[in-house]
Amino acid sequence: MITGDFTMDDFIWRALVAGLGVAAISGPIGCFIVWRRMAYFGATLAHAALLGVALGFLFDVRINVGIVIVCIGVSLLLAALQQQRKIATDTLLGILAHGALAAGLVVLSFMESVRVDLMAYLFGDILAVSIKDIIWIYAGGTACIIGLCALWSRLLAMTIHEDLARVEGVNVSWVRLFYMLLIAIVVAVGMKVVGMLLIISMLIIPAAVARQFAKTPEQMAILASVIGMVSVGLGIFSSLQWDTPAGPSIVVIATLMFFLTYLLPTQQKAS
Amino acid sequence: MPPERISGAPLAEAKDVSMNFGDTPVIDHVSLAIHEGEIVTLIGPNGSGKTTLVRIILNLQKPTSGTTSWRNNIRVGYVPQHFTVPETIPLTVRRLLRLSTDHIAGKTQEVLEQVGMAYATNQPVQSLSGGELRRVLLARALLRDPDLLILDEPTAGVDVGGQAELYEVIKKLRDDRNCGVLLVSHDLHLVMAATDHVVCINHHVCCEGHPDSVSQAPEYLSLFGAEATRTLAVYTHEHDHHHDVTGEPIQHHDHKHEHNHDHG
Repeated sequence: MITGDFTMDDFIWRALVAGLGVAAISGPIGCFIVWRRMAYFGATLAHAALLGVALGFLFDVRINVGIVIVCIGVSLLLAALQQQRKIATDTLLGILAHGALAAGLVVLSFMESVRVDLMAYLFGDILAVSIKDIIWIYAGGTACIIGLCALWSRLLAMTIHEDLARVEGVNVSWVRLFYMLLIAIVVAVGMKVVGMLLIISMLIIPAAVARQFAKTPEQMAILASVIGMVSVGLGIFSSLQWDTPAGPSIVVIATLMFFLTYLLPTQQKAS
Repeated sequence: MPPERISGAPLAEAKDVSMNFGDTPVIDHVSLAIHEGEIVTLIGPNGSGKTTLVRIILNLQKPTSGTTSWRNNIRVGYVPQHFTVPETIPLTVRRLLRLSTDHIAGKTQEVLEQVGMAYATNQPVQSLSGGELRRVLLARALLRDPDLLILDEPTAGVDVGGQAELYEVIKKLRDDRNCGVLLVSHDLHLVMAATDHVVCINHHVCCEGHPDSVSQAPEYLSLFGAEATRTLAVYTHEHDHHHDVTGEPIQHHDHKHEHNHDHG
């Protein structure tokens, strides 16, 4: 994956830049996942991402594009399946997540010419991030941030009360679709950093930590970005220090921060 | 439709709408119109289809048959029947008020004062009692400078004195802005003296007209029982009394908001 010559400093620098970019965009989008109780939906898209990787190889398109397409397909399929009422949403999500994951593995096995490092997709390979990956992360991230800022109050209004938002002129179906697209983009660009099995933790853990301190939705979104970025910095540092895998180290740091903040709840409430 | 009602194109109208859930007709050929400067009160027992009718008028739900129409470019202030913000969202009263995409900037404090909730501006929405939340939601609807207010049980959980205050706010808003108001209530005690037109439904329209005539109508009496007229009279008396003493909506909340929980 890595081309050209690089020094040790270079790859750390690239890892840090990539990780900070993913953490920054994961913060606000993760807040909506927490608010809208969509953690399992996010996890489903992350699982389905492997099918996107496989199709990317199969049709020779960039895997980020493959992931976004598969994630949108899964979102639309879910919306269609929710029209029936005999099977509940969590069951549908389980079927879609693991069905797509299994399909991805099967498709990959057909491609003998491609040697895929499955571990890198499952758990990330942040230390192997290329300049091209960084460009994708920042291009996708900037698009997400611009879109999110434009639709922020509409998305928030609809999260708080969908009917009220509709009466006040929010096109709920479009905003919801747009939001699913945002999650798909984050999964696609975050895959390289922490991998598909851990990307959902980059979305929900910083947001959960931020909830403890925030007084407004906007504070929570920004704080979640900052907490995610701190986790990335400390995670990469500890990975170099103790030779641990970088992606999981980042998630472990974030998890520790979560438990740390929730061990001190009384002080927060008193303020 | 009585001849004394305001003529001209209504702000919002439902024509001969019916709604079935499965085989059960919830709304059965109901027509309803709200005109400028008119307060229409929709009453009916629990499960009579009031909220469904409101959702149809708001275009949140498609009727099985019949049509709805709106005057062009009108702004609607809506207070839904159920509203809870999960604890996961950090949200102050101020932020909730400013959430609407086209609110009037800078009037937040003013509308909160109108509904007697100015003390709660910086409180988390989740800390409000049911009655306080209804007031905040009304303030939020007012902030949109509405042409049409649609209020589904706007005083649920508000104590009697507070209800009179809120009705006074609604009436004043109608007088000042000449906006139309659709009020929904399951409780006839609360039919306000200012109501111009009462529509009593139990899946179909049982009776409609001026509050005085509806309260005498046999359909109404059989639906709500004989004591309904008496309680209506009692309420009117209380309302007058309250109004005589103060002349203006008064501020009941000089002490802590926890006080409300006792009554709410």
